[in-house]
Amino acid sequence: MSMTTRSDLAGVAMTPDNIRTKKLPLGINLLVAVVAFGLAAALVYGLGIGNWVLVVALGWALYLVGLFMAASRVEGRRAARNRAWQSLIYSACVLAILPLASVVWTLVSKGWERLDANFFNTSMNNIGARDPNGGAYHAIIGTLEQVGIATLIAVPLGVLGAIYLVEYGRGKFANTVRFFVDVMTGIPSIVAGLFILAFWVLIVSPWFNNGEPRFSGFAAALALSVLMLPTIVRSTEEMLRLVPSPLREGAYALGVPQWKTILKIVVPTALPGIVTGVMLAVARAAGETAPVLLVAGGADAINMNPFGGNQSSLALFVYQQAGDASKYAPARAWTAALTLVAVVLILTIAAKMLARRNSLTR
Amino acid sequence: MAKRIEASNVTSYYGSFKAIDSISMTVEPKTITALIGPSGCGKSTFLRSINRMHEVLPGARIEGRLTIDDQNIYDPDVDVTAVRRMIGMVFQRPNPFPTMSIYENVVAGLKLNGVKKKSLLDDAAEQSLKSANLWEEVKDRLGRPGAGLSGGQQQRLCIARTIAVEPQVVLMDEPCSALDPISTLAIEDLMFKLKDRFTIIIVTHNMQQAARVSDKTGFFSIDKTGEPGRLIEYDDTQKIFSNPTQKKTEDYITGRFG
Repeated sequence: MSMTTRSDLAGVAMTPDNIRTKKLPLGINLLVAVVAFGLAAALVYGLGIGNWVLVVALGWALYLVGLFMAASRVEGRRAARNRAWQSLIYSACVLAILPLASVVWTLVSKGWERLDANFFNTSMNNIGARDPNGGAYHAIIGTLEQVGIATLIAVPLGVLGAIYLVEYGRGKFANTVRFFVDVMTGIPSIVAGLFILAFWVLIVSPWFNNGEPRFSGFAAALALSVLMLPTIVRSTEEMLRLVPSPLREGAYALGVPQWKTILKIVVPTALPGIVTGVMLAVARAAGETAPVLLVAGGADAINMNPFGGNQSSLALFVYQQAGDASKYAPARAWTAALTLVAVVLILTIAAKMLARRNSLTR
Repeated sequence: MAKRIEASNVTSYYGSFKAIDSISMTVEPKTITALIGPSGCGKSTFLRSINRMHEVLPGARIEGRLTIDDQNIYDPDVDVTAVRRMIGMVFQRPNPFPTMSIYENVVAGLKLNGVKKKSLLDDAAEQSLKSANLWEEVKDRLGRPGAGLSGGQQQRLCIARTIAVEPQVVLMDEPCSALDPISTLAIEDLMFKLKDRFTIIIVTHNMQQAARVSDKTGFFSIDKTGEPGRLIEYDDTQKIFSNPTQKKTEDYITGRFG
């Protein structure tokens, strides 16, 4: 292929011929697909080197190559490259969605069995290995209380911290804070759990319990809030930075003090993004097992009080049921996992709707 | 209740960079003053120092005196928000608050400064929108988002928002540079109307605009990039555009440089 130089392009008149090109007919497209998958099937089964997964993968690769070759014959190299990249991008999208769809399908199909009233209004108290009943009521209560308290702690701290970093923070101190927030993002959940175990359960909780250390849902909430905090700070910070500074100046020019500008102009403008960040943090916290196991201890019975005594959570319930010897346990684990996903989904949708209600629709 | 503005030796810095060097000028009440000059000559910086908006940027500071009716607004015990309430500002790009409706945008300044009475806010909204020549266009859709208006309407909305808090001085930083000629004309008409009530200072790159609207004109310039901006000449608009005393001014307005 010859290089197109500038002088080749100069002075070319626009005629019906030179602005139109040949298009690959759709039929050829399908033909290429049929041939590619046929060839792949013949190769794989003929040689006996694999099953249908390899057929699909090989067929897809052959289809891409075949389409590229057919297109470059008919449409030229540029159009062929365009087709190849487009197909690759679509394939990547399908590949990315596949595991997600698979997870949802697995959860629904396996969780369906125990999706009954009994699951939602009984606990595992006095449920023996041969008892097909038993439910996650106590775990749902635990998750809601722990994540709720953790959110109540982490959201104000995180959002205010982000406001400090964006609106007030200058110089060394702000940079140090930002650095440690980044470091916190990488804390493994078990470390957060150990920190709360050492600090809260072993040192602070004895003061409230006649000198005896005590597990509690609140301790789990503290550990979860440690995990939520960096996510909330970072996402809120990014969202606040996106608010254009002319908006702030517009408010200052009306004689509005800085704190009110932040509260009434900047934060409302960034609210939908902040809510998304908070919900990501909530979802992460709701799925944590290790900290709850470490500092709330897990429980089979219903314990409504987050400030005293062992509590369970949905994630912990899944972990325990999945490892239980009873033949009825796996079904309970699947249903609990489905419930956990549903809870996070419902919370996310509710939060998004609340955030949108406040801002005007275009 | 318009006010007289007196700047004496106002010098401003961004960090160690000196942006404008000892600007002195007096602006009489109820006049329109235009500030013209090439890009980067410090006219916007000077404008922003009149309502202490300059110091919003980190590292920015001011030396000299800037008095409004003999009150130095840079005295240490002066409340910045009070100064800004008296000296409104309209920006280059229309900046309506995106989360607010047209109505909420207009009364934002009042509401955020603690006015709660509905009838008062309604009156202020109607009055300001009428003064900004926008009432007829938006009176049926006050609840719609302010960001949904056209560029020219948004800018008039911002002017309505500014005059709703009853300032005494209105600063305009190239208010028409993002607008088409018809919207520009609408805003120039508006400025004549507002002149009865406010002292207006406008920064503009459009010399015809300066000649059309202003009573007095100040010409800013820099010797070269990196040097601070200076006020070269400040006089009646008529004189500046017909018979300037400085050679530089003449070169600029006749288009020989800048």
